[in-house]
Amino acid sequence: MDVAYLIATVVKIVIILLVFSALAGFGTYFERKVLAFMQRRLGPMYVGPYGLLQIAADGIKLFTKEDIIPANVVKPIFKIAPVITAATAFMAAAAIPFMPSFTIGGYEVKPIVSDINVGLLYIFGVMGVGLYGPLLGGMASANKWSIISAARSAAVFISYEVVTGLSILAPVMMVGSLSLIDFNNWQIENGWIVMYQPLAFILFWIAAFAETGRTPFHLVANDHEIIDGFGTEYSGMRWGLFFIGEYANMFFISFVIPLIFLGGFGEGTFVDGLLFFGKMAFFFFFFLWTRAAWPDVRPDQLMWLCWKVLMPLAVINVVITGIVMM
Amino acid sequence: MFEAISFYLFSFLVIASFWVAVTTSQALYALTALAAGMILISGFYFTLGADFLGAIQIIVYSGAVLALYAFGMMFFDTTREVKEKKPNKAIVTTLAVLAAVLTVAIVAAPIVSQNIVALYPSVESVGNTQQIGVVLFTKYLVPFEVAAVMLLVAMIAGIVLAGKKMDISLTKLSESEIEKQNAEELV
Repeated sequence: MDVAYLIATVVKIVIILLVFSALAGFGTYFERKVLAFMQRRLGPMYVGPYGLLQIAADGIKLFTKEDIIPANVVKPIFKIAPVITAATAFMAAAAIPFMPSFTIGGYEVKPIVSDINVGLLYIFGVMGVGLYGPLLGGMASANKWSIISAARSAAVFISYEVVTGLSILAPVMMVGSLSLIDFNNWQIENGWIVMYQPLAFILFWIAAFAETGRTPFHLVANDHEIIDGFGTEYSGMRWGLFFIGEYANMFFISFVIPLIFLGGFGEGTFVDGLLFFGKMAFFFFFFLWTRAAWPDVRPDQLMWLCWKVLMPLAVINVVITGIVMM
Repeated sequence: MFEAISFYLFSFLVIASFWVAVTTSQALYALTALAAGMILISGFYFTLGADFLGAIQIIVYSGAVLALYAFGMMFFDTTREVKEKKPNKAIVTTLAVLAAVLTVAIVAAPIVSQNIVALYPSVESVGNTQQIGVVLFTKYLVPFEVAAVMLLVAMIAGIVLAGKKMDISLTKLSESEIEKQNAEELV
């Protein structure tokens, strides 16, 4: 292991952390604007041109707000829970190739922190651990809304891991590898996987909403029935960390879906790179679009959808893929 | 050098988390420490180049410990300390020491007899997902299938135990129907 590799890796990690923490901030701005336009409002307008500096205002507010830790909570767990959400979101990014590789001054840069050969498993494992944040925050809060939210996050966690895993299994069988770079290369030769696996694509997309806890599966923190769920007792930057984790997860999942199903960054020319970011942006936008267009489902409907619709479909899909491949 | 750093770092973290898991009397600490320890163990697998096992360790144990959290949520107020019933200390200590010695003996036996040979040494060009697949479906086919049958049995048992009245959804019934049902149950 040489020094150049070490330096390159540290630089990549720092860049990913900085870019995606900032993007999480911009994500909140995009969300407000998109929701506002879809609901015929203007959204944030007063701070800066078109409300662009709203992010800075929010950041200052979150950073300087008093960090209240209520008397009856389990303090260490309560304090560490938001960090788990944010940290695991960024850890999952280690195995995602964000761009095609390019050369600067004769040194080839691969925009992936570590191309481990089980990249996909690693990403979903670590993203799954991210649900420990809401779970622990909810259980440590000594608040009834929070504990309901924790119970729901456990239920979502156990159920939708199954759908994600099974829906991804069929593409993995076709490609024969778990590395996202291999997925990309396979699709250059054989065309986009979504053409062979449309069902897996839809199932995975639906499960992505549950994994990131977005509407219509936002029951972990449903404002109208359980206040803010696990976030009820949090304030200041600890609450902000939950937010950063959620938005970072949305961005990472928006990178992963095109990489697996929609050809990724292809052969890695400049146009391909731009197209890749376009696909990513569409999936991120779709998260916001869904939030504007759909109501939340009830917990029992969520479980019904997972175990009686999505999981059987995923299993059938895997079986059919297996038969066709034999 | 990186391997050494990673080994000692993860050793310290894993032992520390399991130590917390064993000694604390607060359910939430114990569960969280257990989850942390289980997930940190994957660090060793990654260091050794067994990426597949590392990722599986994270996925399986984070899900498994989660079931324990669910039990914790149902049975305790997890924000309060659990009052433990302390049985005879001498017996507990003796049993704990014996168990520890036995574990060390079992793990250390191959090292002492210098009999550690990799039965299936890893091949550089093949990813270790494929290697595990090949070994599972050739040499260890029978244990693998037995495990599958056991899981099937557990699943059927789970369905039988939990499946009573599964076709009735309380959310779809009206209040009067629910009351009627409760009355029938009481009779």
